[in-house]
Amino acid sequence: MARIGVFICHCGENISATVDCAKVAEAAAKFPGVVHSIDYKYMCSDPGQTLVGNAIKEHNLTGVVVSACSPRMHEPTFRRACAEAGLNPYQCEMANLREHCSWVHERNEKTDDKAIDLVRMLVEKVKRNNALQPIKVPVTKTALVIGGGVAGIQAALDIANAGHKVIMVEREPSIGGHMSQLSETFPTLDCSQCILTPRMVEVAQNPNIKLYTYAEIESVEGFVGNFIVKIRKKAKSIDESKCNGCGLCTTKCPNKKNPNEFELGMAKRPAIYVPFPQAVPNIPVIDKTQCTYYKTGKCKICEKVCQANAIQFDQQDEIIEVPVGAIAICTGFDIKKTDFFPEYGYGKHKDIIDGLQFERLASASGPTAGEIRRPSDGQVPKKIVFVACAGSRDPAKGIEYCSKICCMYTAKHAILYKHKVHDGTAYIFYMDIRAAGKNYDEFTRRAIEEDDAKYIRGRVSKIYERDGKLIVVGADTLMGAQTVEIEADMVVLATAGVANQGAEKLAQILHVSYDQHKFFSEAHPKLKPVETNTAGIYLAGACQSPKDIPESVAAASGVAGKISCLFSNSELTREPLIAVVDRLAPPQYSSCTGCFMCQSVCPYNAIEREEIKDRNGNLVKQLAFINPGLCQGCGTCVAVCKSKSIDIEGYTNSQMYSEVDALLNF
Amino acid sequence: MKLGFYPGCSLEGASREYNESVMAIAEEMGIELVSIPDWNCCGATAAHNMDKELSLSLPARNLALAEEAGLTELVVPCAACYSRFCATQHELKHDENLHKKINGIIEKEYKGNLRILNVIQFIEEFIIDKLEDKMKFEINKKVACYYGCLLVRPNKVLNFDRTEDPQTMDAVMKKLGADSIDWAFKTECCGAGFSVSFTETVGRLSGQIIEDAVHRGAEAMIVACPMCHSNLDMRRPEIDKYNKKKSDMPIIYITQAIGLALGIDRKKLGLQRHFVPVKLNDFKPYTKKTEVENPQKMEVE
Amino acid sequence: MSEFEPKIVAFVCNWCTYAGADLTGTSRIKYSSNVRIVRFPCTGRIDYMLLTKAFAGGADGIIVSGCHPNDCHYTSGNFYARRRWMVFRRLCDFMGIDTRRIIFSWVSAAEGAKWAQIVNSANEEFKKLGPYENYHKLSTQEIFE
Repeated sequence: MARIGVFICHCGENISATVDCAKVAEAAAKFPGVVHSIDYKYMCSDPGQTLVGNAIKEHNLTGVVVSACSPRMHEPTFRRACAEAGLNPYQCEMANLREHCSWVHERNEKTDDKAIDLVRMLVEKVKRNNALQPIKVPVTKTALVIGGGVAGIQAALDIANAGHKVIMVEREPSIGGHMSQLSETFPTLDCSQCILTPRMVEVAQNPNIKLYTYAEIESVEGFVGNFIVKIRKKAKSIDESKCNGCGLCTTKCPNKKNPNEFELGMAKRPAIYVPFPQAVPNIPVIDKTQCTYYKTGKCKICEKVCQANAIQFDQQDEIIEVPVGAIAICTGFDIKKTDFFPEYGYGKHKDIIDGLQFERLASASGPTAGEIRRPSDGQVPKKIVFVACAGSRDPAKGIEYCSKICCMYTAKHAILYKHKVHDGTAYIFYMDIRAAGKNYDEFTRRAIEEDDAKYIRGRVSKIYERDGKLIVVGADTLMGAQTVEIEADMVVLATAGVANQGAEKLAQILHVSYDQHKFFSEAHPKLKPVETNTAGIYLAGACQSPKDIPESVAAASGVAGKISCLFSNSELTREPLIAVVDRLAPPQYSSCTGCFMCQSVCPYNAIEREEIKDRNGNLVKQLAFINPGLCQGCGTCVAVCKSKSIDIEGYTNSQMYSEVDALLNF
Repeated sequence: MKLGFYPGCSLEGASREYNESVMAIAEEMGIELVSIPDWNCCGATAAHNMDKELSLSLPARNLALAEEAGLTELVVPCAACYSRFCATQHELKHDENLHKKINGIIEKEYKGNLRILNVIQFIEEFIIDKLEDKMKFEINKKVACYYGCLLVRPNKVLNFDRTEDPQTMDAVMKKLGADSIDWAFKTECCGAGFSVSFTETVGRLSGQIIEDAVHRGAEAMIVACPMCHSNLDMRRPEIDKYNKKKSDMPIIYITQAIGLALGIDRKKLGLQRHFVPVKLNDFKPYTKKTEVENPQKMEVE
Repeated sequence: MSEFEPKIVAFVCNWCTYAGADLTGTSRIKYSSNVRIVRFPCTGRIDYMLLTKAFAGGADGIIVSGCHPNDCHYTSGNFYARRRWMVFRRLCDFMGIDTRRIIFSWVSAAEGAKWAQIVNSANEEFKKLGPYENYHKLSTQEIFE
């Protein structure tokens, strides 16, 4: 038999000025099941809470309704007070007499009636509340970091330095990402590789980090604290334990004319290769699509010259299964290639290059050893045109968003160009100079004032080649939109930053959401910028949207902080307000009919198929099973369940129907 | 075969040779082009600058007449007419109220089921496959295909070819054996309606087009729009003045080029009507590639 | 005889509209007192059978309100609520339930004033419609009596 206590709070005068609290308490005392009903000046005060606690003990209460302010304000307070007095905290409900009643209505009888109704609704609800226990989930204190760019490196190092294990998976043969391709970095012009490569080495040497390069995520199952990840370690055709990185194989390989991906096609590499000299790990891979042996069955020169006997032509892909507690997605971004732009010749002109290609030209370790030479004939360009917003902020033909990093790197390119070609002229077509950031605007001013970059505000309508020159036709909107024609030797397009290839597939493997541009979506744009909607999976860097290095690193450290928090307890505690599928005695097992409508509406992929088998292992029934680790308690499944087999704790059907009933049928 | 045909004013006036060449190749291919009975002006460049309803009603009436005549395809060689017809069809398709209103104005029931074809679509669909059998000469010349503005824009409405770097005419010319060059002014403005009012502007705009084509070695320019043709051909004195050099590169319609390949009489193609004389000759006789010579290709086809 | 006052039940989600109604309170914006708010975790949780239950119990009008599209605390619950509402409304029409008596709206946690305005305008609307006697007459109580 229910024994409910009702506690009406005056909230000083906040409630009592409008609502006759004594009258409400008196009315509540007459509700069926209510054994104790009082009003008091400040229920949330220490003596108020003691009052509740004592009443629980004295009257042996099975449920408590505190009628005071919004439950969004003090529900935790009173639930704690109840727990201290020995009542299950989930047997406490609050009626909102302040925000929803006294503050919004005049003092009159109707307002009192409303207050009484609100209390009655909650009394009927609390009678049907179940005693609940917080959910505990064990945590595997190993983090998976997907992507070995600067964000992944930062996240992995921070987590590892917090004392947790990290598994890093990188798709390419080396970690380093796009940052390893950059020449200098804005706004300080320090050399990208000089600041990145020591961090790459740290990753390789950190005993807490296990690095898998040339590997991809095959599947992810489980939930926060308890993921099971399958990693496909692609065959490098090299025994990594034997290879000592001498590099003899790469120098002796006769098949040297393959486009070098790291140099964005502006140089060649052998079929067995290390992507760049500072690669981590410094172990080559054989490109099976190019290798003469794989194509013709003959050659094997690398095997002959390898003194460590590390070449393994018959090596197969390997699937590794690891348990992890949290996942950091740091897969980075890509840029539109020049062939995306019809008005700039569909990429047919060799001397129209993209920003990353310019980075390689300007890099001391690049194909021209840092001299700015144009790809077609190796000449030093005397007139160079940079086109900002190539494809960005262009809803008609490109992408509507701002790619964010281009303004800054284009200014950097202009500065680097001037530093290397003193008698050259750099023109920059731009829409707006977006240089918001510490020392950023100063940097673009420096490009204009010290390094004489000619900024022209306007778009470029077309670029065509004529007699070895590239004619850039644009408009100068600050000069009455008059046509500008520049005979350039080379053109650099600051092409739009886009989601990395394979991002969509990865999002589907991980069950995280992504936007229309295939960038991963954060859980909340302001307050949860590094979380995804799936508990335990986090985001850092440009896989979320175009980001520069400082932002990517900051987000990565944020992710590391989140993951370290998660790992700071051996068990996760969660509110037990989650959905459950009913269970009945055999042979029914459950009223669930296995239609799995619920599965299709669950935003968290929390609903699984449970198979009921008899003793002989024969399948008897398929039921929905709600994973308590993943369910966030929205209750959408409850509403769609045709057989009413799902209920949600805290808002059960019986509770909600009673509330409505109590309101109207008395 | 019977197809609907809308000549418009140009083809009956200044660009008679375009009409003549379209008719000549259609006849050669056994296609009957039936003019819309009682057709009226398409509104061209003037109407849509003045009155939206007028600019839609004029083409809509023509389209409704064509439908009434039981036509299902309508060949519109003039790029300006083609553009107006397509724009009308597009607008009325996407705005039911407007559609009703225009039907009220023209006092006819325009349904919107007609397929509107520009001259290149007409060639692609009804001519190109039969070329091999009927070609007598290869147009063994370097040509620059010039598309102008109205043939390929706006892409959303026309949904035809690539806006910035169209290729369809080049494909036709390659089929005729020509070397069609890659050049920079395929879709630049020729000066259009300034043909009469601002001839100097036409000289500058068309001048740049002619200059680039000549510079890249083109022996002829191929067009599919009467307005482009008249600017590039008739305004040659102004063009030469702007370029400060004389050029004698002829401007020929794509239908004339096909006519030449088919060996149709030059007069029948109206080539004598051009201001810049069409001196192109010495075409290489065409021999059809037999199946034996190229068995693989046949297989693919 | 005093003016007819409709009984209004509001089904709201915890994260947006409930919080929005809290804000109405904190901002001391007054609205008519004949509305009773029932709190749900999400509009996705709202079983529309509850609406018929409310009518059967004597409600004259119902407000269903949650987070704006794309603002759902649970990502997509409000979309499912909206979709189900479209279907439910057609069913209501078919069955003869007066859908003017169900108001579906979005009120965010920042829209305290909008909540007051929705309640007040709903109140006016329901007043015009009068008591929902046709439905109340169906009360199953009579069967048992």
